[in-house]
Amino acid sequence: MSAYLEISGLKKVYPTPTGPAVIVQNIDLKIEKGEFVSIIGHSGCGKSTVLMMVAGLNPISAGGIVLAGKELDGPGPDRGMVFQSPSLLPWLTALENVMLGIEQVFFTASRDERRQIAEYFLTVVGLGDSMDKKPAELSQGMRQRVGIARAFALKPKMLLLDEPFGMLDSLTRYELQQVLIELWRKNRITALMVTHDVDEALFLSDRIVCMTDGPAAEIGEIMSVNFPRPRDRQSVMAHPDYTTLREHLISFLEVRAHRHHHAAVPA
Amino acid sequence: MKSFRFDWLVLPLIGLLIVLAGWQMIAGKKIVSTDEEGNIISEERVGLVPALPDIRDTWEASRPYIVEPMAKRGELDQGMLRFTFMSLGLVAVGYAIALAIGVPIGFFLGLSPVFTKMFDPIIQVLRPVSPLAWLPLGYIIFMEAGRDTGTLAALFTIAVCSMWPTVLNTAVGVRAVPQDYLNVGRVLKLSRTKMLFKILIPATLPYMFTGFRLSLGIAWLVIVAAEMLTGRPGVGGFLWQEYNSLIYEHIILSIITIGLVGFILDRLMSVVEKRFKTA
Repeated sequence: MSAYLEISGLKKVYPTPTGPAVIVQNIDLKIEKGEFVSIIGHSGCGKSTVLMMVAGLNPISAGGIVLAGKELDGPGPDRGMVFQSPSLLPWLTALENVMLGIEQVFFTASRDERRQIAEYFLTVVGLGDSMDKKPAELSQGMRQRVGIARAFALKPKMLLLDEPFGMLDSLTRYELQQVLIELWRKNRITALMVTHDVDEALFLSDRIVCMTDGPAAEIGEIMSVNFPRPRDRQSVMAHPDYTTLREHLISFLEVRAHRHHHAAVPA
Repeated sequence: MKSFRFDWLVLPLIGLLIVLAGWQMIAGKKIVSTDEEGNIISEERVGLVPALPDIRDTWEASRPYIVEPMAKRGELDQGMLRFTFMSLGLVAVGYAIALAIGVPIGFFLGLSPVFTKMFDPIIQVLRPVSPLAWLPLGYIIFMEAGRDTGTLAALFTIAVCSMWPTVLNTAVGVRAVPQDYLNVGRVLKLSRTKMLFKILIPATLPYMFTGFRLSLGIAWLVIVAAEMLTGRPGVGGFLWQEYNSLIYEHIILSIITIGLVGFILDRLMSVVEKRFKTA
């Protein structure tokens, strides 16, 4: 049986005046249906580029991506995106922002049905009382809740999260990670998330893909995270493997990620 | 509250007084010499600028046009408000044409680098051309229109001159639409029409309104030139006619009217603009 998402030989090259610059290369990754996979690495290593190529927002230089047996070509609502900045349209209310996507995907549903879908997901992310507010009236964390609701409401084949909590303070981040993991548990949408937060990756993921530093970043190693689900933060942190995995990840990021720059390793 | 009043009421009033005093100082005064029986021997104007009417003369001569703003005594002898409405009517049509043409051009410029490279140089060359230069061209273009030639030439001039800020600001606005918004549209695979109406236009609106405001200012600026040269009744036409009739007081009245109306239009537009900025 082949994987649900299959990335093979993926490469991104940008032409520059001094010759082509390889951002990422040799990315091979298989993700099973219902799996939550994180890509972790230093900023600028090209992990977001990989995600953007899966999203279809950034053209592929070489290699291919197959989702559910179909070669991907360009963006589409079958992949729900959660952007780092919530990217809500400021002239639409929270509800309208979610509805915009629903109208595209469930065009056969009646207006009431579509509205119900939007209201359901906004309620689940805790915005039942703020649906008719414009993004400017919402806190950063609430906006990202709308972003999450918008992605899930599309009933996508895959969820793509680009450092979704990177702009939030740590308390809000914890809250939203909880919201995300709950929604994900109920919907079991295959997810690929980019992050540079070790604890976030450990808490949410089934597997963590560690990227080496750019340029020409590659997959350094893939780590399995086998904490039992459903997870909550305390039991995850209390798990006997937690410290080992965390130290392993951090040592990867501190030492092995810098394979190009050995001098930079602190003595 | 006290300093607010001082800043917004007292200081502008002091400024106004200074300007009025300056005007009064350089303005000419009428010196009437009479003989013992009171017969006027001679009348002469003296002062730094003898022909410039002073404040009193201006007010006396202008009063009928202000206290009866809607009076109509003749084609070019009407109350100021009436003239203003006539001018505004012409501006409104010319301005509407400017927006109707300017917004699509702005969108094409913003969306297509090829279009920009093709037409931007021409726009940059045509933009600084004075309304006085466009008007004769308008006459030539609408020569066949007979009685309407003057009106059409005026509308042409207003539209051509006032459209540039709308064109350029719309183009800048379209280019400034955040990539995030466009990505949302691309991920959702919005159709071209939906992309335009749900994302591009709302995102560009604040810029467009800045253009609209600047365009309106220019449209109002152009009206005077257009009316002067076409002889249409209106504030500008009145100004030119009174210059020819040597009633200089009315030139000042017209200038003040034009200025006030322009100011009010700009305030109104900036209120609308602010509404869209926060939306």
